[in-house]
Amino acid sequence: MTDAPNVKHYGGDMFEGYPVDTADTAGDQAVTNYTINFGPQHPAAHGVLRLVLELDGEIIERVDPHVGLLHRGTEKLIEYKTYLQALPYFDRLDYCSPLGMEHSYVLAIEKLLDLEVPERGQYLRVLFAELTRICNHMLNIGSHVMDVGAMTPNLWVFELREDCLNFFERASGARMHSAYFRPGGVHQDVPEKLLYDIGEWVDKRLPKLFGDAMSLVIDNRIFKQRNVDIATVSKEDALAWGFSGPLIRGSGIAWDLRKSQPYDAYAKMEFDIPVGTRGDCYDRFMVRVEEVYQSARIIRQCINEMPTGPVASLDRKVVPPKRGEMKQSMESLIHHFKLYTEGFHVPAGEVYVATESPKGEFGVYLVSDGTNKPYRCKIRPTAFSHLQAMEMMSKGHMLADTTAIIGAIDVVFGECDR
Amino acid sequence: MAHNAPLVAPRSGLGDAIKAALGADLLVHVFAADEDSITVDREAVAGVMVALRDKLEYQQLMEIAGVDYPDRAERFEVVYHLLSVTKNHRLRVRVCTDEATPVPSIVPVWPVAGWLEREVFDMYGVLFAGNPDLRRILTDYGFQGHPQRKDFPLTGYTELRYSEEDKRVVYEPVRLAQDFRNFDFMSPWEGADYVLPGDEKAGGTGEAPGKGAPTSMTAAQVKASDDKAKASPPPTPKTTESTAQTGAGAKANKAAAKPSDDGAKAKAAAKPRAPRKPKGDKA
Repeated sequence: MTDAPNVKHYGGDMFEGYPVDTADTAGDQAVTNYTINFGPQHPAAHGVLRLVLELDGEIIERVDPHVGLLHRGTEKLIEYKTYLQALPYFDRLDYCSPLGMEHSYVLAIEKLLDLEVPERGQYLRVLFAELTRICNHMLNIGSHVMDVGAMTPNLWVFELREDCLNFFERASGARMHSAYFRPGGVHQDVPEKLLYDIGEWVDKRLPKLFGDAMSLVIDNRIFKQRNVDIATVSKEDALAWGFSGPLIRGSGIAWDLRKSQPYDAYAKMEFDIPVGTRGDCYDRFMVRVEEVYQSARIIRQCINEMPTGPVASLDRKVVPPKRGEMKQSMESLIHHFKLYTEGFHVPAGEVYVATESPKGEFGVYLVSDGTNKPYRCKIRPTAFSHLQAMEMMSKGHMLADTTAIIGAIDVVFGECDR
Repeated sequence: MAHNAPLVAPRSGLGDAIKAALGADLLVHVFAADEDSITVDREAVAGVMVALRDKLEYQQLMEIAGVDYPDRAERFEVVYHLLSVTKNHRLRVRVCTDEATPVPSIVPVWPVAGWLEREVFDMYGVLFAGNPDLRRILTDYGFQGHPQRKDFPLTGYTELRYSEEDKRVVYEPVRLAQDFRNFDFMSPWEGADYVLPGDEKAGGTGEAPGKGAPTSMTAAQVKASDDKAKASPPPTPKTTESTAQTGAGAKANKAAAKPSDDGAKAKAAAKPRAPRKPKGDKA
């Protein structure tokens, strides 16, 4: 009597010493591994993720993520656009945190040009980058708890996300695809009232609503059962798999580009880096929760210390003049025309600039050949490396844990697939 | 240094340390734009990465980027971006290759390289020897070609749509309602090296421009037809300078010859209007 291939007997040790009748009887079936498709259309896949899962019962044996269903050729398109025309593509990468994407790109251009940004421009960028972080974490935290079964907190934190989007709209005119950060600074100054309102919101509405929502979740028994000790990642694994952002901090490595390689006004900001202790989904979640409070701290400091002055560089060979100037000065009119048709030329060279986007290290590798268009613009997405570790993280877990793992990765496919 | 990009302090003694660790595998070390980049021997790249990770503390591989320079003999650059979280430093490692020569895979050094190499393979067709799973990753199932190469057109070769007749998605050769417009902003006095349209003869390259479109006729046939064209007098150019030349026939010509009465009407319409009373002038 031999077993059929792939048959597994669970709890075999339990019957040790007892005579067990393993002879085939009528109706017995060999249980083989089977393969299922998770996505590409699945509400918990956070976009168009297709996971080919090989299951043994409900245990995941193998995961093969298929990405690229949202590939739009952004990098190729950028090679055919001037530096300024390529900027809005970055909003459309990670459409949950558009300004975080723009930040890396404008810094890369400024590094090649060696262009200084006036202080108010730096503060505004930091302010809105942090607002973007809150906006992104609201979406992620909300959908993560919804993926593991809670409905109410998601509705509450989406209120806050809506507030953030309204602030973006008041600053740039667009709720999501702001195109607000420009090479040399930001597009335009914000009204005083907006800064006041953001300050009020950060002091009053955010801690109250967010605290309420989180009080439902963080000590909730079901939430903990679904997240604690799920997909534990050690420090070594986190380094080897190229983790960054909340994932590497969740694994206990206090690595934050805002602290270690400060850009814009981050060097002047005071904030703490939360780290996890176990490296599981719960730690990643809690790191994000704490990051929201730290972002609020940074926003408060930005508003308090915001200097007056220009919001963008006055180098008219890069930053176009304002409309009012154009009506007075012929020179401004020429600059405006040249910058919006030909664009500016960037000296030949290459840079890799990475910033701490809400999801992790978002890098731009920019190769310039001295013309007005990038020769090569490689975008380093955060989700690409994280998603690759999906198999390492979910092997041996149950099928239902996939949603928690994906939720804790914080994947957005606009960015992953480019 | 005026920019506000992420501040990475230069690592002192890095050049010597790299030289000591890599030896002859190091080809070039450049420090430009506050960033260190090294070019290494392609065949030794796996060993180089182990040395950089273990001796020089570059623990993380953040990115592998391909770059295409079609004019070079080894047209592709594969650019690895390493990060040291203990020394807080970044290093760029570069190898060169062509379409046929594989680059040794570094998956054994960093598992994250698996997908990053797959992407470079997908986008540029660079082969990685030893990658256990070198499938396409970002492009469509069954895609052909390598879209990030400089000779791959931006529009691609195929487009797809849902066919109502076949009840499925069909692939078709790409058809554009309007040609892709590639504006050339290089002005002639800034060192453009092309011949402007109409300047071909002034250039004095000594070579007559190619004659007409490519044809399947033999040289003798082309010459014969040229000679024939020269022998026969040029046809009278067709003009429509008088009403008789419209080609619409005698009836139309007669109608056209009649003087129009538009002139009279126009004269009547041209009667000047009385000047308007200024607003608010009630009195």
